[in-house]
Amino acid sequence: MARRSLPLLKHLLSSSSSSSTTPTLSRSVTYMPRPGDGAPRPVTLIPGDGIGPLVTNAVEQVMEAMHAPVYFEKYEVHGDMMRVPSEVMESIKKNKVCLKGGLTTPMGGGVSSLNVQLRKELDLYASLVNCFNLQGLPTRHQNVDIVVVRENTEGEYAGLEHEVVPGVVESLKVITKFCSERIAKYAFEYAYLNNRKQVTAVHKANIMKLADGLFLESCREVATKYPGIKYNEIIVDNCCMQLVSKPEQFDVMVTPNLYGNLVANTAAGIAGGTGVMPGGNVGADHAIFEQGASAGNVGNENLLEQKTANPVALLLSSAMMLRHLQFPSFADRLETAVKLPPLSLKHLQAKRWSDSVFAAVMKPNLYHNIVEVMATFQGNRI
Amino acid sequence: MPRPGDGTPRAVTLIPGDGIGPLVTNAVEQVMQAMHAPLYFEKYEVHGDMNRIPAEVIESIKKNKVCLKGGLRTPVGGGVSSLNVSLRKELDLYASLVNCFNLPGLPTRHENVDIVVIRENTEGEYAGLEHEVVPGVVESLKVITKFCSERIAKYAFEYAYLNNRKTVTAVHKANIMKLADGLFLESCREVAKKYPSIKYTEIIVDNCCMQLVSKPEQFDVMVTPNLYGNLVANTAAGIAGGTGVMPGGNVGADYAVFEQGASAGNVGKEKMVERKKANPVALLLSSAMMLRHLQFPSFADRLETAVKRVISEGKCRTKDLGGDSTTQEVVDAVIAHLD
Repeated sequence: MARRSLPLLKHLLSSSSSSSTTPTLSRSVTYMPRPGDGAPRPVTLIPGDGIGPLVTNAVEQVMEAMHAPVYFEKYEVHGDMMRVPSEVMESIKKNKVCLKGGLTTPMGGGVSSLNVQLRKELDLYASLVNCFNLQGLPTRHQNVDIVVVRENTEGEYAGLEHEVVPGVVESLKVITKFCSERIAKYAFEYAYLNNRKQVTAVHKANIMKLADGLFLESCREVATKYPGIKYNEIIVDNCCMQLVSKPEQFDVMVTPNLYGNLVANTAAGIAGGTGVMPGGNVGADHAIFEQGASAGNVGNENLLEQKTANPVALLLSSAMMLRHLQFPSFADRLETAVKLPPLSLKHLQAKRWSDSVFAAVMKPNLYHNIVEVMATFQGNRI
Repeated sequence: MPRPGDGTPRAVTLIPGDGIGPLVTNAVEQVMQAMHAPLYFEKYEVHGDMNRIPAEVIESIKKNKVCLKGGLRTPVGGGVSSLNVSLRKELDLYASLVNCFNLPGLPTRHENVDIVVIRENTEGEYAGLEHEVVPGVVESLKVITKFCSERIAKYAFEYAYLNNRKTVTAVHKANIMKLADGLFLESCREVAKKYPSIKYTEIIVDNCCMQLVSKPEQFDVMVTPNLYGNLVANTAAGIAGGTGVMPGGNVGADYAVFEQGASAGNVGKEKMVERKKANPVALLLSSAMMLRHLQFPSFADRLETAVKRVISEGKCRTKDLGGDSTTQEVVDAVIAHLD
């Protein structure tokens, strides 16, 4: 085993020193914890429906293997319940952080989406999806690094519709200054704190003059307070076209609810698919981390039976969660392990996806366990 | 076999529009002259900052029943409503059609794209019914009616039937907007039953966007409400080569207006107007669609063949296709290829 892995080991070490594509730990200053920081933090876990339990189980296994100082309080919630049970809400309000899989939303008719209900009750007004090219994953578009910040509470998804007369339905799209302002503030703050250069507002104010006009005004006001960040606006249909032809021009995008949904999914699609993009919903007090784009997606029956659902999105989202909980070194280890180039390429083409990912990611410390990592995916007949 | 009198020239209303509009409509006029096509244009000046379309223009379109137009600039925010939209509403052009396909010789990241997006043009999110409830709170109405949903579904299936298309996909977001998009879906399903030979599927709009950028070959004809149609059409146009080459038009029961396919309100940038480098291909292909609509199929074929030959040769291309030619050069190349 060692003899076979030695040339691979040499190759990896030599390529990592020559190429700049190997992810390296960026934290050079030692992080000094305060006493009691290592105490395990509780996190609410909602497995959800469909492939949800499968991928959240993946996260649990990886967290255990890393000995991360989090423990999960699991709650069963299913998409066909009328509302989220009160004990789940209590738990999230106590822990302030939640990780969840998708909840099936029945189409048409009475029950409203539980994903949306959860976001409204906890007032998680910002939904963030980070779409970027992963090393080793071939896509048609290169140099993609887009963060889509989407208003999560109002707009077209307010859910206020009624049937005026049989055959005529009115659906209200509500835009308020309050919500537009806070999402714009969040987007600019995010750009400022993460050293991003540009914020683009996506709108359709040439047609919906008052509604999107109000959104634009709020964005412009907030933009004046951040002179170091470039601000521009783009009409949503032109935006879609630019996304598929020249995605490298976009950096941070702030959008109302509906456009954000479509733009996030398009951006996720060009960068590798919704199975690998991390994301989360953030409010003033709480945060819920879930698969980035298409968060309500629970997969189809096939994926469930063959157990080949992609856990990468949820793993990267849990890395975001670890950072949110102030455990940056664990987050770095997890991200490095997931992004490791041989892992990304070979394992994303593997049939027994989930198992092989566990095997490789379970040894997340690149520099100490590199031989085991090599042996692991050598041993898996891919 | 033409009937006597079929060769008499037909009148077509022409609205050059703003920005690059006059440039590209001029291109069409030149090509039509070179082909000796049996039609003549009645030109009318309309600009985006007018309050409404002048009455004589509407009269002319109602008389001729066919119109070709460039883009009309829509001011962003505030009072004036879009003239493109008000034209469609007045003439009740309820179906907007964009045909997105790979042109041979034009390299794109996606292959095997041949999508027709049929978009409801009159209601939905673009009804323009908004008001400020209190300062800082705006409500915008999205209206979906059974009547409009049914006729757009019928149009889509009829189009698929007459053009030998295999699949019609309805794009919706009925898991969130249950009543509104649910009504749209119901209408589509009812109409689908009458066309058993055409496959009917439904797809949620965010998944649709993702599938468009990863596996566009799975889509054939797509029928959508107003807003999703706008975004899906632009995305599909983008993956197939850009909005500068996709033909399209707006069709109603009595009238038809042909214009650049996706992003029809786009009037281009100042630089393009100055340097005269706008891409006329979209409007040329749209005018070919118009020739077919006027029952002049052989002229339409000649025009399309010439345009496709110019693109595939690759010598004369405007900036958005990777070349550096001016509009006039492309037009000359197309005229040279007419046989």
